[in-house]
Amino acid sequence: MTEVVAPSPPPSPPVARAASGLSRRLDGVLLTLIAGAVLLWFLPVGMGRYGTYVLTLWLVTSIAVMGLNLTLGIAGLKSLAQAAFMGIGAYTTAILGTKFGVDWYSCFLMSGLLSFALGLLLGFPALRVKAHYLAFVTLAFATLVWLVFRNEQWLTGGTFGIANIARPTLFGIRTDGALAFHRFVVVVTLVLALALWWLIRSPWGRAFLALRENPIRAASLGVDIRAYTLLAFAIGSAYGGFAGALYSPLVEFIDPSPFALSASFMLLLMVVAGGSGYQLGPFVGALVAVALPEWLRFTGGLYLIVFGVVVLLLLIACPQGILGLAERGWNALRARLGAGAAEPSR
Amino acid sequence: MKPVLQVTGLRKSFGGVVAVDGVSFEVHEGEILGIIGPNGCGKSTLFNCILGQLVPSAGDIRLDGVDVTGSTPEAMNRRGVSRTFQLLQVFPELSVRENLILAGQEHRGTMLARLFGPGDAGLTAEADRMIGFFRLVHLADARAGSLSYGQQKLLDAAMAFMAGPRLVLLDEPAGGVNLTMLADLRERLRAMNAERGATFVVIEHNMDFVMSLCSRVIVMVEGKVLMTGTPAQVRSDPAVLEAYLGN
Repeated sequence: MTEVVAPSPPPSPPVARAASGLSRRLDGVLLTLIAGAVLLWFLPVGMGRYGTYVLTLWLVTSIAVMGLNLTLGIAGLKSLAQAAFMGIGAYTTAILGTKFGVDWYSCFLMSGLLSFALGLLLGFPALRVKAHYLAFVTLAFATLVWLVFRNEQWLTGGTFGIANIARPTLFGIRTDGALAFHRFVVVVTLVLALALWWLIRSPWGRAFLALRENPIRAASLGVDIRAYTLLAFAIGSAYGGFAGALYSPLVEFIDPSPFALSASFMLLLMVVAGGSGYQLGPFVGALVAVALPEWLRFTGGLYLIVFGVVVLLLLIACPQGILGLAERGWNALRARLGAGAAEPSR
Repeated sequence: MKPVLQVTGLRKSFGGVVAVDGVSFEVHEGEILGIIGPNGCGKSTLFNCILGQLVPSAGDIRLDGVDVTGSTPEAMNRRGVSRTFQLLQVFPELSVRENLILAGQEHRGTMLARLFGPGDAGLTAEADRMIGFFRLVHLADARAGSLSYGQQKLLDAAMAFMAGPRLVLLDEPAGGVNLTMLADLRERLRAMNAERGATFVVIEHNMDFVMSLCSRVIVMVEGKVLMTGTPAQVRSDPAVLEAYLGN
């Protein structure tokens, strides 16, 4: 074809100079992830056992939220089953580890694979039903899974749960101590976050986004809606399973209560509060839900009420979540300083 | 010229309403075919049936002689048919360049290869060529949602060409576009036809646009083909005038 030479561009409006592009944004995400991991490696020193536990719980929760953020925030598929997948991962690790003596790494892999497979199955209704109807389907699945955890005592221990869940060993080094296990979780979280960073930066990430924004147009561009819908569910669920596989050895005892329906709602809240679709949103959202109640303990018995009010105000003030608010502030600041560019909102 | 697309006796009904009623036509290689008709005459339904967004009630659709009736939109796109929609359908949160990469990426290798391959699926250079061709260079990195309506229309059209399609169906490309941008769009589509040999079917209400762009025009009324002819024949046909203006 004859190359058509484009005319000289007219003076760019502010938006034209925007440092836009998914890839450029995600490079910032990559740096933040690595810097954050280094910081978190050292952060618990002198924090004490409980402080380290809360920090580790935040990271484990962030992994589950990362998965839901992919399914809901990026691909736009409503799911209320993430806590169920976390439970599936936690019970898989606990059962295989305590009853069959399987090493933690194999348990971790099995937890992810089982959650991936079940997520794939749960994705099929998403091919037919959308929005809140889909949420109801996932809600039914979450209830069913929780009932299995509670009632199938021969397998899950029922309400008595499963105790003595061992922590992993890395190159002969045991991670029984709070600090050692925290550092182990930091590494696993970083690896999983980098994998997701890669995924979102790949053509798959763009296809997931297209699925959320305009599935009809996406299909007309050759995007296989069926395959990407199933994958968005399956990969997101696998992250729930991975989080569960870390949760079991963190608490060393599991029962059905942390995987109830309310936990799925809480994970959903974390996606929204952090900033739905932002790759760092899960860490911010999980921080709000895990750490904020701890910081509010000085309010005594009122802390849950205060927590509820804070979250309510946050969502009213900024429905795009904390990172959405931060981005808005950043854009306003740049505009005032004359840089003028409005960053893309995702 | 051999036909790229053959539509024979196509019919689509919704309950008792027949939106497309026994429509037959051919589109030849390198041709720009226009489809005109009053609102509600079944033009967009016809496109939706060809592209697989709707399953036809009867009739068949052949692409290069192969029966593709009832294929999914994804499958039709992979066979080399792309389209634009009546209403704007760009991805507002992605940049102009990313919209174009998305429009071409699913034609690059297998899904697995795309996952482990480069993030841009090796399409940045092609996207930039398309950006240059449609004169959107200064907007390459801008969010698609921040573009003017006319610029988004240009992007929408550019996206339809990213995968090097065999046939492009444009649904009201001129709708809502200002005169300057309209001339630009017409010129770009003509160039695409002349330089790349792209074959088009264009649904349009803007008579000047369609008559100056297309070599052949189909007139539809109430789901049926009223006449087919050159722009000059269509302009002077009393039946067409009656369909548009009444007695």
